[in-house]
Amino acid sequence: MDRPNARPPGDPCDEARVILEARGVTKCYHLGEVEVHALRGVDLSVCEGQMLSLMGPSGSGKSTLMHIIGLLDRPTEGSVIVEAEEVSSMAPNDLAAVRNRWVGFVFQSFNLLSRTTALANVELPLVYAGVSGAQRSKRAREALERVGLGDRLGHLPNQLSGGQQQRVAIARALVTEPSIVLADEPTGNLDSASGVEVMGILQELNTQGITVVLVTHDDTVARHAERIVRIHDGLIVSDEPVAERLSAAELREAVVDMAGRPDA
Amino acid sequence: MKFAESIRIAVRALNANKVRSALTMLGVIIGVAAVILLVAIGTGVQEEITGSIEGLGSNLIFVFAGNFEEGPGGGGPGGRAVRQFSVEDAELLQRRLGLEHSVVPVVQGPLTLRVGNRTMRTTVAAANENAGDVFSAEYVGGRWYRRSEVSASARVIVIGATVRDRLFPNQDPVGETMSVNGQRFTVIGHVAAQGGSLTGDQDNQVYMPITAAQRLLGTTDVGLIAIKAASADDVEGLQSRIRQVLAPRFGEEFSVFSQEQTLGIFQQILGTLTFMLAGIAGISLLVGGIGIMNIMLVSVSERTREIGIRKAVGARTYDIMSQFVIEAVTLSIAGGAVGIALGAVGARVLEQWVPTEVTAWAVALAFGFSAAVGVFFGVYPAYKASALDPIEALRYE
Ligand SMILES: Nc1ncnc2c1ncn2[C@@H]1O[C@H](COP(=O)(O)OP(=O)(O)OP(=O)(O)O)[C@@H](O)[C@H]1O
Ligand SMILES: [Mg+2]
Repeated sequence: MDRPNARPPGDPCDEARVILEARGVTKCYHLGEVEVHALRGVDLSVCEGQMLSLMGPSGSGKSTLMHIIGLLDRPTEGSVIVEAEEVSSMAPNDLAAVRNRWVGFVFQSFNLLSRTTALANVELPLVYAGVSGAQRSKRAREALERVGLGDRLGHLPNQLSGGQQQRVAIARALVTEPSIVLADEPTGNLDSASGVEVMGILQELNTQGITVVLVTHDDTVARHAERIVRIHDGLIVSDEPVAERLSAAELREAVVDMAGRPDA
Repeated sequence: MKFAESIRIAVRALNANKVRSALTMLGVIIGVAAVILLVAIGTGVQEEITGSIEGLGSNLIFVFAGNFEEGPGGGGPGGRAVRQFSVEDAELLQRRLGLEHSVVPVVQGPLTLRVGNRTMRTTVAAANENAGDVFSAEYVGGRWYRRSEVSASARVIVIGATVRDRLFPNQDPVGETMSVNGQRFTVIGHVAAQGGSLTGDQDNQVYMPITAAQRLLGTTDVGLIAIKAASADDVEGLQSRIRQVLAPRFGEEFSVFSQEQTLGIFQQILGTLTFMLAGIAGISLLVGGIGIMNIMLVSVSERTREIGIRKAVGARTYDIMSQFVIEAVTLSIAGGAVGIALGAVGARVLEQWVPTEVTAWAVALAFGFSAAVGVFFGVYPAYKASALDPIEALRYE
């Protein structure tokens, strides 16, 4: 495909490190007579190990784009390239396998299975990866410990706070050791303290080498990333590096200091 | 995903809706129990009748009025009225076949017995003095009726074990009198208990001279004529001679069967009946299957979001499909197992009134059929679940 100006100007990484690429992606919904153009030609490259924020007003197409690059949805036009492989024409079962191995999702509304324990929720991707029972529970336990929920293994989602549920969801996203974690407004349903905590975990994952794409319309949350892509009406309008990147770890200390009490 | 894992997921999902799962299973339980029970009755009756025909003694030939040999529509009992045999026909046969073969006309009918203030309903099997050749009755006391008593329509009676125990408890009945349909009869003998037979519960039966029974029942007809051949080699020849004797009087309107043929006919009729019963019960199993499909469809739409989540984390079409099919099959197999147990217990209980026999093939059939019902009615909802678009499923409220 002829792409003279494929790489957006703010993109700092070189060709070899591009882990995920959207080329000319459009998404069109037909609602009866009306056509809704959620995406109108998006080109985006995500570099390996990068933490990227996708910002934009409500209805601008952020979630739609995230679902497409996370292989949950197919573009109407254009293509998605994962690790140099075209995936938009793959069969559903092959897509499922790529989703399973390569992507971890974190949703605004957590999307945990309500009747299953935290541990079983985290085990779920491993079930479909064909990991054996003992290995599965060991890895799920480790993932939950990584998000600080080692003592909540047997809790059902409705026995956990919102922040804890989101951390279970993050544990589920990282348990398969994916290359990329896609988080759609992960702090949207949380208070600021839980939000900071969740951002801290995502940043930590990023420092460990996992690529993170974060959808948000909160400026502060967005500035935890190293790069901010703004989208408006289904088109990318700006793509810039973050000048002063926020560190959730430091923010957390500030919150604790303000509350005037040591670590709980 | 492994099979054991699918089963675990299915059981967990079914456990989460215990009442609903139980009610859905109930449809299958009733269906399977009905199949087991009805087939058990069919088989039980078949076995009993087979046993009693075989137990009648050997070298027997039965002659019935009406043409049963031409198959359906040939003028069987349900067809046009058939001229019945009389005692004279039996006597004619006896004369023409020779005395080495014994010809026994048989009349059966319901009677009411009374001794003092005790009454009971029973059936009579009445014949001539050769009755002992075809009824496998074994005396405990007294004697059989004699030829003179047959010609005189003497009011004498031989009673079965149950009749004796009910009407003459702890007492020797021989020589006692009883009222039979209001007539005074003298008990001349009683026979040993022997269970069921072709003519019903033989212990609950009484025997008397055919002439006396005809008078009591107000008929001159004879139900069937039984002939005992002197030896097995004679049976075939006798059958054609019987046809020759009766043809001038009855034309085509009679049937001659050897004991083996009779057995074959009964087995065929009862086998068909058993299959019909199983089929009828199978319909209720089908209804149970539709119940499963219904609840699975509800379950799929309720769990749309769950399906979306599973797909988002990497479940393939096959994983979702097998999850729901296994759930449906678990329901139907569990229902089938309970139904089989219930049907077997029911068959035991019914045994007091009807012979029943729970056979392995009926159990296997019911079990296999209920599993098939689960697969058949589970596939469509499972397919619907597996075909859901992950994003739409996640968005579902
Ligand atoms: N399934 C759908 N059917 C029809 N239109 C849809 C569908 N999904 C999204 N849209 C439309 O596509 C557009 C983009 O939706 P999207 O969910 O991507 O927005 P968003 O940027 O995530 O917004 P928010 O910040 O509110 O989550 C919206 O106008 C929405 O109405
Ligand atoms: Mg959104």
